[in-house]
Amino acid sequence: MEKLLEILTDLHSDVDFETEENLIDDGILDSMDIISLITEISEEYDVTITAKDIIPANFNSAKALYALIERLSDED
Amino acid sequence: MSSERIHNVLAYLRNIVPKKPNKIAFSDGELSLTFSDVYDRACRIGSYLNENGIYKRPVVVFMRKSPREVTAFFGVISGGCFYVPIDEEMPRDRIQLILNNVCSPLVICDEDTLPVASNFDVSDGKVVLYDELLTTEPNYEAIDSIYARSLDIDPIYIVFTSGSTGIPKGVAACHRSVIDYIEQLSEVLSFSESTVFGNQTPLYFDACLKELYPTLKFGATTYLIPKTLFSQPIALLEYLNKHKINTVCWVVSALTMVSAFGTFDIIKPEYLHTVAFGSEVFPIKQFRLWRNALPNASFTNLYGPTEGTGMCCFYHADRDFEDGEAIPIGKPFRNREILLLTDENKLAEQGQEGEICIRGTAVTLGYYNDPERTSKAFVQNPLNSAYPEIIYKTGDMGKLNERGELVFVSRRDYQIKHMGHRIELGEIEVSANMIDAVQMAACIYDKVKGKIVLFYVGTCTEKELTVALKERLPRYMIPNKLIRLETMPLTANGKLNRVELKNNFENNIY
Repeated sequence: MEKLLEILTDLHSDVDFETEENLIDDGILDSMDIISLITEISEEYDVTITAKDIIPANFNSAKALYALIERLSDED
Repeated sequence: MSSERIHNVLAYLRNIVPKKPNKIAFSDGELSLTFSDVYDRACRIGSYLNENGIYKRPVVVFMRKSPREVTAFFGVISGGCFYVPIDEEMPRDRIQLILNNVCSPLVICDEDTLPVASNFDVSDGKVVLYDELLTTEPNYEAIDSIYARSLDIDPIYIVFTSGSTGIPKGVAACHRSVIDYIEQLSEVLSFSESTVFGNQTPLYFDACLKELYPTLKFGATTYLIPKTLFSQPIALLEYLNKHKINTVCWVVSALTMVSAFGTFDIIKPEYLHTVAFGSEVFPIKQFRLWRNALPNASFTNLYGPTEGTGMCCFYHADRDFEDGEAIPIGKPFRNREILLLTDENKLAEQGQEGEICIRGTAVTLGYYNDPERTSKAFVQNPLNSAYPEIIYKTGDMGKLNERGELVFVSRRDYQIKHMGHRIELGEIEVSANMIDAVQMAACIYDKVKGKIVLFYVGTCTEKELTVALKERLPRYMIPNKLIRLETMPLTANGKLNRVELKNNFENNIY
């Protein structure tokens, strides 16, 4: 989780990712952010995030995103 | 229509209203306005301007992106004025700089932007709600008279781009340039009355000309796609299919967002047949995924600076490319010429690099209220000493490849393209240096990762600096990475050593 927060903070150092829960719905993460985020997550956690995972329910908060990473790791 | 000479962009609207009064012109999925709605609203706003003696003046439009904002643009033109779009995405300081530059007598806002708009210094100007303007009874006689008196060299908009001194530059464009652009672009991309546009770009840049005016010209339809869909690839394609969108002119990151994560394995755009992208390198891998998903669609690379009215050159990307190969800029639209000028102001030889300079009606009027910076970039054609002829020097270096196609090589200065936006790294540095806790700042662009990196020496933390920068810079200009240094590398004469900075960064020394 710590590493994920670091990746996110690298994207937007002024956003408090531990509390923010509307990253997609409020437009904080745009298309470019999503692309770099997924690239870095894939490298860091060795998981494959695909289009069906890129939905607000998985990307609106760091917590939800971490849960997605854990789910995908278990599947592997 | 195309053979008939027109002098005012509103001719497109006035021509289409009686033909397709009830067809939807602009929609955001919630609010849909027909061509007759658009005309009615434009006339009301134009009549308000006329009643209040506002004529041939810049009018600021500060509204949330919606079909309403589009009609405000046309309303401003109907009143014989020119629109200056600003947006909530712009930081407050920057908006104030723009307001100071244009000295607009009127700021049109909506319920969402009113609280912010009220806090700006508009000197003698007035802040008025869009809905209030719509209560004006249309005065068709006045509107027709303004229309009849207009010249095709009168401006219709001013849009602001990044300036290296920290003050944004307002590019003013006239009817003639926009009409010329719309005619050529429509031909190149084969727009027609059955075109359904899916707009992605913000309305405060010239990029949206591609959708707004051809919609009027052909009686087509434009959907303004909600921004949040560009972070949800499947929902985005569902939206395209639901509204039968067949034409998109998007930035590369929006296209990559769709193709990079296997979206096409789940859903394909069913109606899309025309895809244009521009001003940025489209990774060949992503380009291939798009071509494979839509084998019958046309893909066109567009190139052009705001000073050349929208796009200037095109290349139909109808072949495969090597990995890492750059898709060419191609060739200019009709009625404009690209001069590749060497440092000696001579035409570059085949294969030789030269600065891309634009000649033709597409060259805009210059930077508003800024003769100094205008005269640096809008210059007399050095190849013509017989009569006045202005060309625009883009600062982009290009050359012709062995197929005779124009290719982009590099920038002359510290301007970059990032997420489809044109940015002066100098503007970011100036903004950072204005912050008290920063002693020195330097900015580089990491091309490989597509990130803006700001180095600084100072007493504030990275987070504090980001917060401070957000007050001054638009979001797309906020550095993706901040690196605090003890000291900046300097050259022997004490100047900032950018080369060493870049080398150290690339070699992970920081």
